[in-house]
Amino acid sequence: MYVAVKGGEQAILNTHKMISEARRGDPAIAELTLTQISEQLRLAVDRVMAEGSVYDRELAALALKQAQGDAMEAIFLLRAYRTTLPRIAMSEPVDTSRMTIRRRISATFKDVPGGQVLGPTYDYTHRLLDFELAAEGLERVRATSAAEPLEENVPRVVDLLHHEGVLQEDNDDGNDEVFDLTRQPMSFPAGRDQRLQSLARADEGFLLGLAYSTTRGYGFNHPFVGELRLGEVTVEIVPEELGFPIAIADVTVTECQMINSFQGTAEQPPQFTRGYGLTFGHNEGKAMSMSLVDRSLRARELGEDVRHPAQNEEFVLSHADNVEGNGLITHYKLPHYVDFQAELQLVRQLRAEYEAARAVQTKEAAE
Amino acid sequence: MSGTMNTDLGGDGYNFAFLDEQTKRMIRRTLLKALSIPGYQVPFGGREMPLASGWGTGGLQVTASVLGPNDRLKVIDQGADDTTNAVSIRRFFHTVANVAVTESTEQATIIQTRHRVPEAPLKEGQILVYQVPEPEPLRRLIPRESETRKMHAYAEYGTMQVTLYEDIARFGRIARTYDYPAIVNGRFLMSPSPIPKFDNPKIANNPAMQFWGAGREKRIYAVPPYTTAHSLDFDDHPFEVQSWKGCCALCGSTMSYLDEVITDDKGSRMFVCSDTDFCTTHQAKAAAQTKVVGEHS
Repeated sequence: MYVAVKGGEQAILNTHKMISEARRGDPAIAELTLTQISEQLRLAVDRVMAEGSVYDRELAALALKQAQGDAMEAIFLLRAYRTTLPRIAMSEPVDTSRMTIRRRISATFKDVPGGQVLGPTYDYTHRLLDFELAAEGLERVRATSAAEPLEENVPRVVDLLHHEGVLQEDNDDGNDEVFDLTRQPMSFPAGRDQRLQSLARADEGFLLGLAYSTTRGYGFNHPFVGELRLGEVTVEIVPEELGFPIAIADVTVTECQMINSFQGTAEQPPQFTRGYGLTFGHNEGKAMSMSLVDRSLRARELGEDVRHPAQNEEFVLSHADNVEGNGLITHYKLPHYVDFQAELQLVRQLRAEYEAARAVQTKEAAE
Repeated sequence: MSGTMNTDLGGDGYNFAFLDEQTKRMIRRTLLKALSIPGYQVPFGGREMPLASGWGTGGLQVTASVLGPNDRLKVIDQGADDTTNAVSIRRFFHTVANVAVTESTEQATIIQTRHRVPEAPLKEGQILVYQVPEPEPLRRLIPRESETRKMHAYAEYGTMQVTLYEDIARFGRIARTYDYPAIVNGRFLMSPSPIPKFDNPKIANNPAMQFWGAGREKRIYAVPPYTTAHSLDFDDHPFEVQSWKGCCALCGSTMSYLDEVITDDKGSRMFVCSDTDFCTTHQAKAAAQTKVVGEHS
């Protein structure tokens, strides 16, 4: 009887087998391959790569398979894998104006140099269940591509506003050493590098909620999507023995440049300010939320009142990581016999005293 | 045992005790700093571990950094060696470091614990590693890190004392039963982690080295051997620990922290030692004594 209360080694071994069985499901159904996952569940893979901070579609697909499709569990698996990987080099700043563009839109200008490119998006689909998709082996109509390829260098929309001075300049030239959240503990006040790295790994849902709150009066700041672009960029490193950059990978990224109005202060003239979002893979909601939260977290820097959750960097950055948050919340499943016993004892004692005091009062009242 | 684990960490893919040597070096430096400033929370570049944060990743990183091939490791949760998370962490180290493991407090060189300090006294050379969910004792009073760090810097602990006083005003006593704050070495206010206050006196002047690892919050702190740890109190409300009317139903101890076990749906319950090693040792001693007494009579 007593033994049953405390968990055993056998139980753990057995639970590993049980999740393995549950994961496989009906063995009569064909097993999912990693290629199927990375090809057909692309956006799930993208999210896991972004928040797991590892650009590897195959590993992300494996993590998703192992986690039975639970994004948060898959992100955790990928993070725990990357933690022991050696740091070979720091990459050069990625130049997104040289991106091979698949999608690029601006909400601020009707037409922009380089053009608006709708690309692949769910935005203008009607969210009607496509019952044809339930059937397998369906022939799909191929999209027609433009006769000419896009220009190689497509300038960023925000850069076009610079010369006028209406948009605040980005004052980071990318030459300083970048804060590495995976190697250094978070510290406050956070620099923008720490903030952006933290937001890039942050839970998509949490950022969406925060970004949403800023548009509903909890730190209002009307946003304009200066530009949202999706495509492939080249990552370069400079090996010490070479002294010049070499390309090591092409990665898919989503970038969002959000333009926000700013009334100006005594020291600063009115101008637009920016919020920045960048994620691995195709993650538009995340990139947009990130850029909104980045901007709202600049409140202190811009001399605005810090009054709302989305403006409070300790609140946002300390709670944005779903691996950490999920860990702490689920840890309440662990035994707490000892502290519960301590509390139980106290509550019993306090109740006894309360009853005793009431008894005396009732007696006095009766007299 | 290694081959039976769900995720096979036993291969060549990982370093001894999982962490790479650079990370261990960084953590060891942190440990030295923590020992030099007893009770001070030293920030460190905590790594993501293959265990959920909040489940002992801080303790895991400290243990991984001090563990050597000749160590004998004991892992307890709620005082017991056989609780699931203790089993899981012990298996982890058995797999990634292949070290000897033990359930004996006396024989262990390193003990990783959650929520308890072993009942048996520790000795010089032993290391006790606590898992910590929230290293900041002031967090529940002041949520902002920037503020609490200043309070520690100025040793401004009046707020905590006032909180305890408020308990006395409301309940007639200090109503903190676990994670009871203590001043270490007369300087830093420290969270002992959620151990019952019953265990607080064991922290003070202990011959063993004590480390607290908070993985999620990326903080490590320490109480070096033979260092004071004064549990906060008032002259007219001195610090006191829990006591029970009965004794352990299994070993008869009246000295140990007891867990309450509900035995049926009619409200029957029994109390047993939370420290399983202490209980078994005590039972064995009692049995031996009975035997000796039996032989003599």
